[in-house]
Amino acid sequence: MRIAGYNIPMMASLLIWAVAWEVIGRAGVSFILPPLSAVLVKMVEIVPQANFLIALGITARCFLWGVGLAIVIGVPLGVLMGRSVILDRLVLPWVNMFISAPLSALVPVLMVLFGFGEETVIITTFLFAVWIIILNARAGVMQISPSLVEMARSFGATGWQAFSSIYVWAALPEILAGVRIGVIRGVKGVIVGQLLVSVVGFGKLFEIYSSNFLMLHFWALLLVLFFFAFLFAEGLAWAERKVEYYAANRA
Amino acid sequence: MMMAAVDAAVSVRGVSKVYAGNVQALNNMTLDFPRGQLTSLLGPSGCGKTTLLKIIAGLLEPTSGEILVNGRPVAGPGRDRAFVFQDFALMPWASVIRNVAFGLELRGVPLSEREGVAEKYIKAVGLAGFERKFPHQLSGGMRQRVGLARALAVNADVLLMDEPFSAVDEQNRRKFQEDMLALVADEKKTFIFVTHSIEEAVYISDRIAVLLPRPSRVSEVIEPKIDRHVSPDAMRRDPGYLDTVERIWASLRSYVE
Repeated sequence: MRIAGYNIPMMASLLIWAVAWEVIGRAGVSFILPPLSAVLVKMVEIVPQANFLIALGITARCFLWGVGLAIVIGVPLGVLMGRSVILDRLVLPWVNMFISAPLSALVPVLMVLFGFGEETVIITTFLFAVWIIILNARAGVMQISPSLVEMARSFGATGWQAFSSIYVWAALPEILAGVRIGVIRGVKGVIVGQLLVSVVGFGKLFEIYSSNFLMLHFWALLLVLFFFAFLFAEGLAWAERKVEYYAANRA
Repeated sequence: MMMAAVDAAVSVRGVSKVYAGNVQALNNMTLDFPRGQLTSLLGPSGCGKTTLLKIIAGLLEPTSGEILVNGRPVAGPGRDRAFVFQDFALMPWASVIRNVAFGLELRGVPLSEREGVAEKYIKAVGLAGFERKFPHQLSGGMRQRVGLARALAVNADVLLMDEPFSAVDEQNRRKFQEDMLALVADEKKTFIFVTHSIEEAVYISDRIAVLLPRPSRVSEVIEPKIDRHVSPDAMRRDPGYLDTVERIWASLRSYVE
């Protein structure tokens, strides 16, 4: 973008908002919003603390398990749905229902079923991430050119060979897009799960910070989480661009 | 059968195909494909030529009738046949050499062995030096050469080609047709070649089965009498070539809308 002959870098708008935050914080409009600089100082202070690192460890573990399961189950299921009309008819209504359902409302039920521990957070993460991964893998497989499928058959591919060396690769751009969105939703899931369970990980920290009006701690934690989510999404977007060259060239 | 004296690599015996919605694509078709020859299936759209090819390939089930390859009935795709696709059907994520070796990869042939075979056929179709390129880096004509090399690499007796040059531009197509003639002579395989181009069929075929639609049937089998030991340009001016093109056009023109 150019303004008055100067090139403005992409992230410049963030700077404006950061300054605005700082000014409003210093003006003391509300105790809810302390100045950004104080939040950053607090961030440096709390991140190396044991309770933060433990919470981070729990979050990372729950996130990796939840999203990992969502990928390991979602991609093959989506691919199979794209290839089998019967399976598609059987499963698709559920997928469509859950993808638009307010999953947070399910978490209390999950707590009853799985307890107030990491299992519930893992399942919440899984439920947030898996549906879009299924749908994208399915859409990717459905657009594979019929002749590529015939090619695999005519050269004698077994079902497993067709799956592992044709379907997954031909649908890879869509699968990766689904995984990226699934990961972003998984970040939401892992946080929402912890907030609702509220006795493990960041949920516990959020609970302590907000009930004690520790706004600096609260914002510092939030910024860290936002940063991680952004990092994940950007990392996957980069991986997606790596395979884009053949997404455009596969007709 | 009256054709029993001819050594047929592929026999089509009373094959009918009815698609869903009662669409009759083939009606009781019987046809032999002599070993070591290139036979074209030529006809206007809707005559069922691609349907017949895919039934021979085992990709489609006939509604009735049977296909014999080397005297054995066909039940699905098999190692005795290899297919060349109209839209190439290459794997865009794989290099040329992996695409060509794919049939052998599926059979579990070790990497070095299958790449050796693939290299040989990449050279045979004139793509030496392009082994590590990807399909999107090649022209349409080159991509189809990859598709042809892939079909040759599995060393099937019968090569089934579904309008292989129709997605290739005109100049490349001519060059490709000339190279095909050399390949047919070298490889000693049975080629079944679907095309809607009369000139192409007459130029490259030993035999041409002219198919007509509604109801789908073999109207005649023509063996072009052309001297193939002359240059490609002389061949295209050969009176035998021109007469055969004219004769087929005369019988097909009434079926062209």
